Amino acid sequence: MALDKPRSRRADAQAPAGDPAPATEGDGVLIREPGAPGPTEALPREEPTTVGVGPYRLALRRLLRNKVALISFGVFLLIVVLCLLAPVYSHDIAHIGPNTTNVTGTVKVGGKVENVVSTQGIPIGPTLTAHYFLGADEEGRDLAVRLLYGGRTSLEIGAIATAVIIVIGTLFGLLAGYLRGVVDAVLRPLMELIWSFPPVILGVAVGTALALGGIGPIHGNSIFIPAFIVGVIYVPYLGKPIRGEVLRAREMDYVDAARAQGMGPWRIMFSEVLPNVVSTIVVFIPMMLAVSILLESYLDFLGAGVQPPNASWGTLISDGLTYLQTTPTYSLIPGAMLVAAVLAINILGDGVRDALDPRAQVKIQT
Amino acid sequence: MARFAVRRTISVLALLFATSVVVWGIFEVIPSYNPARAIAGREANATTVAAVARKFGFDKPKYVQYVDTMKQVFEGQIIDYQNDLNVVQQFRQKFPVTVSLVVPAAIIWFVLAVILGSISALRAGKLSDRAIMVLAIVGVSIPVFLLAELLLYVFAYNSSIFPAGGYAPFLPNPGQWFYHLILPWFAIAALSIGFYARVLRSNLLDMVNQDFVRTARAKGLSQRKVFVRHVLRNSLMPIITMFGLDFATLLGGATLVTETVFNLPGIGQYEAQAIGNLDVPPILVGALFTAFFVVVFGAIVDVIYALLDPRVRLTG
Repeated sequence: MALDKPRSRRADAQAPAGDPAPATEGDGVLIREPGAPGPTEALPREEPTTVGVGPYRLALRRLLRNKVALISFGVFLLIVVLCLLAPVYSHDIAHIGPNTTNVTGTVKVGGKVENVVSTQGIPIGPTLTAHYFLGADEEGRDLAVRLLYGGRTSLEIGAIATAVIIVIGTLFGLLAGYLRGVVDAVLRPLMELIWSFPPVILGVAVGTALALGGIGPIHGNSIFIPAFIVGVIYVPYLGKPIRGEVLRAREMDYVDAARAQGMGPWRIMFSEVLPNVVSTIVVFIPMMLAVSILLESYLDFLGAGVQPPNASWGTLISDGLTYLQTTPTYSLIPGAMLVAAVLAINILGDGVRDALDPRAQVKIQT
Repeated sequence: MARFAVRRTISVLALLFATSVVVWGIFEVIPSYNPARAIAGREANATTVAAVARKFGFDKPKYVQYVDTMKQVFEGQIIDYQNDLNVVQQFRQKFPVTVSLVVPAAIIWFVLAVILGSISALRAGKLSDRAIMVLAIVGVSIPVFLLAELLLYVFAYNSSIFPAGGYAPFLPNPGQWFYHLILPWFAIAALSIGFYARVLRSNLLDMVNQDFVRTARAKGLSQRKVFVRHVLRNSLMPIITMFGLDFATLLGGATLVTETVFNLPGIGQYEAQAIGNLDVPPILVGALFTAFFVVVFGAIVDVIYALLDPRVRLTG
């Protein structure tokens, strides 16, 4: 399903919004109103004999019991560490930089000397030795080195994009939902407009245009361009549900109480309302990281993301398409890395959501 | 009903207007973008660039350029920068390819998703249920171009069971058409089946405990009738909404990745080439095309809602 994949996550993404984690919200209210008896408390003034456990600690316990989620987290960490070690691998094992070309070079494979790029222009496949472990690309660059550096780029872009989504999405949601009025009248249509475009078409159009000459002080080949494009495209995916939750939260008694105490709107937004929507934000972090990495790979595939000579998983998959018949590993190994990383994040994200909202019925079981 | 139609027409026009302004505006605000230079080529000198700018009207005020461009779009006269071809005619010519790709793929994924989602819900917790859940999460983790490449490699390059891309028109040879499109259909459908099945499953499980289901059982309906007529029918709405939107964006050209990998000359491939060349007219027409389908299918989904659930009325 082509471009609508990120879009399809919408229905999923909305689930936690329509169904906020009950434990968190309820507890938030209780903490702020110690005098008010809950329906199940027989004697409200009596000192509790058991030590209370906070909702997040409970969620963490549930998450730690979920073995599949933990294994996924381990796989993801392994990929991150491998990619961070890219300079070490490049310098100490492969002895070649990620963008060092070597079209006329040779490499020894099992005692035989072979051309890195054959006379027909076909790059060598995996040698499984220190040099060209995963083979070369059409310019004689070491694919294993580029795979690790490319992974680092993909993960960095995903992380920056996710940070952009979380910060701007939360801010927009809080401002539009709490202040309403003019602010809402500006932010809501803005988010609706971004939302109504197919993410890939919007991202590719803007990405291609910006890659041509950069914008302001940022160069056209900077990773910040795809990262910000992806981030901005997905802001409404978080901003809209947060806005909905804030709209509900602002009618709660604890907000009235804070207002009665004379707190200003900013303080109420950030120290009263924000803690009550944190569980939604936490659920969105892995989900947004996964869709960001995926969308960025679509941009790369269509030439609108990471620009040459730099690599990313997406550009490697795209460049390797030409050699799919002769050197399939060129394209398929970066593809496998990309899928492994995104799959691990998605499974972890499901685990986090189930842990924060045990009532959710959709889950991957062991 | 008339009110519904009027309101929807207004929203179509509003969205098309917003889309055209935004898409057109993106390229105007980008400092590095100079269409005259792009058309004239890299080696052109300043006089040539100025001549091109005059020919295409880039020297006029921005709002005049916008109005001129939109007039050309709606009169079907707009020409692309790269090949001097009529964009609307190109779309008309290439649309059948995209329809051949999207419609069967959509049918495959919707029907299979309903079947698998139902199996999954009826056998919740069993092995088949878990397998479908795994399919769902894998489906949202693979970019479609990678699945397309994998299919090409396994079924075309490695075993030559299917052709390695390309398109054959339905007439005169439907067999060849079918043969060329099986892999692309599967690439588009496979990733969505699991996700749709998963959403349907959770809706079904929510629905089973509703009062009207108990009532239906109590009045003695068979399990099959309760499931199909009451539970399934009421659970279909959310995935119909998703389906409407996905189907609309795909028809509107969101197939650009699939069409690129399988070398299908549809509007998606045309869009992808236009984007690569920063050829604004096809990008603009493509975005309007997509926006149009999104609104129209949104209206169709609302009508289906009203048909499925008599409580829903069409108010726009």
